[in-house]
Amino acid sequence: MARLSMVEAIRDALDCKMAEDTRVVVFGEDVGYFGGVFRCTEGLQRKYGRSRCFDAPINESGIVGVAIGMGVYGLRPVAEIQFADYFYPAYDQIVSEAARLRYRSGGEFSAPIVVRMPCGGGIYGGQTHSQSPEALLTHVCGIKTVIPSNPHDAKGLLIAAIEDDDPVIVLEPKRLYNGPFSGHPDQPSVAWSKHPLGEVPAGRYVVPLGKAAVRREGRAVTVLCYGTMVHVAEAAASETGVDAEILDLRSLIPLDVDAIQASVEKTGRCVIVHEATLTSGFGAELAAQVMERCFYALEAPILRVAGWDTPYPHAEEWDYFPGPERVGRALLEALEA
Amino acid sequence: MAAVPRLSLHVPEPTVRPGGRPDFSHVGVAPAGEARRPPVDVDPAEIRDLAFSLIRVLDEKGDAVGPWAAALTPQQLRQGLRDMLLTRAYDARMVLSQRQGKTSFYIQCLGEEAIACAHRKALEPGDMCFPTYRQQGLLIAAGWPLVDMMCSVFSNEKDRLKGRQLAGLYSAKEAGFFSVSGNLGTQYPQAVGWAMASAIAGDTRIASAWIGDGSTAESDFHAALVFASVYRPPVILNVVNNQWAISSYQGIAGGESTKFAARAHGFGLPSLRVDGNDYLAVYAVSCWAEERARANLGPTLIEWITYRAGAHSTSDDPSKYRPKDEGAAWPLGDPVERLKLHLIRRGEWSEERDRQMRAEVDAEVLEAAREAESYGTLHEGPKPSSASMFEDVYKEMPRHLREQRQQLGV
Repeated sequence: MARLSMVEAIRDALDCKMAEDTRVVVFGEDVGYFGGVFRCTEGLQRKYGRSRCFDAPINESGIVGVAIGMGVYGLRPVAEIQFADYFYPAYDQIVSEAARLRYRSGGEFSAPIVVRMPCGGGIYGGQTHSQSPEALLTHVCGIKTVIPSNPHDAKGLLIAAIEDDDPVIVLEPKRLYNGPFSGHPDQPSVAWSKHPLGEVPAGRYVVPLGKAAVRREGRAVTVLCYGTMVHVAEAAASETGVDAEILDLRSLIPLDVDAIQASVEKTGRCVIVHEATLTSGFGAELAAQVMERCFYALEAPILRVAGWDTPYPHAEEWDYFPGPERVGRALLEALEA
Repeated sequence: MAAVPRLSLHVPEPTVRPGGRPDFSHVGVAPAGEARRPPVDVDPAEIRDLAFSLIRVLDEKGDAVGPWAAALTPQQLRQGLRDMLLTRAYDARMVLSQRQGKTSFYIQCLGEEAIACAHRKALEPGDMCFPTYRQQGLLIAAGWPLVDMMCSVFSNEKDRLKGRQLAGLYSAKEAGFFSVSGNLGTQYPQAVGWAMASAIAGDTRIASAWIGDGSTAESDFHAALVFASVYRPPVILNVVNNQWAISSYQGIAGGESTKFAARAHGFGLPSLRVDGNDYLAVYAVSCWAEERARANLGPTLIEWITYRAGAHSTSDDPSKYRPKDEGAAWPLGDPVERLKLHLIRRGEWSEERDRQMRAEVDAEVLEAAREAESYGTLHEGPKPSSASMFEDVYKEMPRHLREQRQQLGV
């Protein structure tokens, strides 16, 4: 089986869908000739022609707005927002339009669009290239939000998103594009070719939306996480020796509450980790779900490790980023209670 | 040191407010027949003047004059008159229904009927309009059943939108009428995207986008024009300038020192400014833009000059911000009366037939209202089921919504 980077896996997913379905069109800023600033669409314009893979003006509201129109027409547009930090101008088109179109038209119209956005920190991107805005999306009914942690899932989730009849936001942790990241910036970077989840099957396959994956089985404490934090949590477990069960949620909406419940009932303890800021973050929803479903199984308070409630800083990145040391401390604290 | 004058902010204000004498000098009414009709493949740079003039066909006597005088048959013209009368009668009934508590809200298009009614006749089946809440005329001119529209206004058990939308935010895919958002301007880039898709697919269908003068201030209007100018998709970009955005006049939307039609010039798009109360002009210019789009010559922006003769909505009282007699002073007249006069001039109509037609459309509306009301109104009679509230959020109902529906006990 081929070993691909996450960038290559995403490109492979787009290639696969564009080849088998002429309704799939791909566009965004720098996406056409150049192949995207992260190279996720490299070669697609050459292969499929300019009308199926093209550059878009720097106008995120327009990008999502025209994608909705294309979806209404019957195409399957995959729009790229260059950085998740830039999607706010498109928020109205996502929240008021894509998310509600099926509902407000009584099922007559829908917007089967995919919006891809590189998200998250760890690249010295400062506050305009590092944000994790997932909670702004998961709070919106009518859209689905997924976030892969490895090349295998990136391809399978993206194909599932393109085939889904509802609007799907695919958040791509850009720190993982070229390799897993333990959260230790001083350690040499690792390539996906050295990681088992860099193995990506050829051709079409899906990772179903709404299914979490256990990345590490354990009995002591459940870690609920997604994206880059899956790898940070793995590092934290290995460095502290805590027998943590690490659940990679993969899909935030729909959420695999059964997997969450099964794990927390087994371990009796729960630590929630995300890069996004703490207050009103998706971790608050996860904590509420655990309370509602697993309260009588809990032996310790639920803990959250998240980005501080500040804008994402530049020089202070590694004091901000919830790295393995902070996660490790939370694992130990959860066991002490 | 020389004294530097203090700065001051310019806040546009109409020349007239309640109590003043109406002033429409800014409309720039040109004689009918004066504006030229360029070929559809004209270089947009050569017709920039047409964004500042006013294309008109019907003159004061009711004759169709000039190069835009379209060859409409008497039958087509009578149908146009009927569409407008039916739209007006429908609106009047729905405003009354709102006053009677049968719906919470209504938006009429009084005085603007010619624009949607005539434009619709220039489109083909399969074309898609992306309307605002004031283009009910598109549906009526397409022959869409009034009962269906009323059921949506009354949010009753036969409302295809299952009681989810405010009155007037229709959706009728079969009629080429995209779901009206109610959020302003969002449909404009969507229409451009739909047209791009039609071009990508090698189709022959075109889109028609709608927006009001006030909403041209929205970023989405400008986003749409950027994409329209870049990809040149088959889309007609309609701007209905009815002079008022609730209480703010067009100067606040940005039209004080230029024309909305001229917005297209920065994007290199052809643009025409047209008498929107002139059924023949609306039809002719719509056909011109339709032909351009269909021939892959790209988008056209059209500013339709009209007057919102009624309140913004049933929640609005225009006497608070504009002279009461302003409508009577509107220089482009009433679209219904102008078409009627034209038909009479052609010997194709009479006062008697006109009275008959008005009685007919009133009866048609009344009959439709009786039927629609029998399926319920907002506070009385059958309603959409509460369980349906949870449907259509997603294509398949996800587990958390099933659980919430169970919590509601339905």
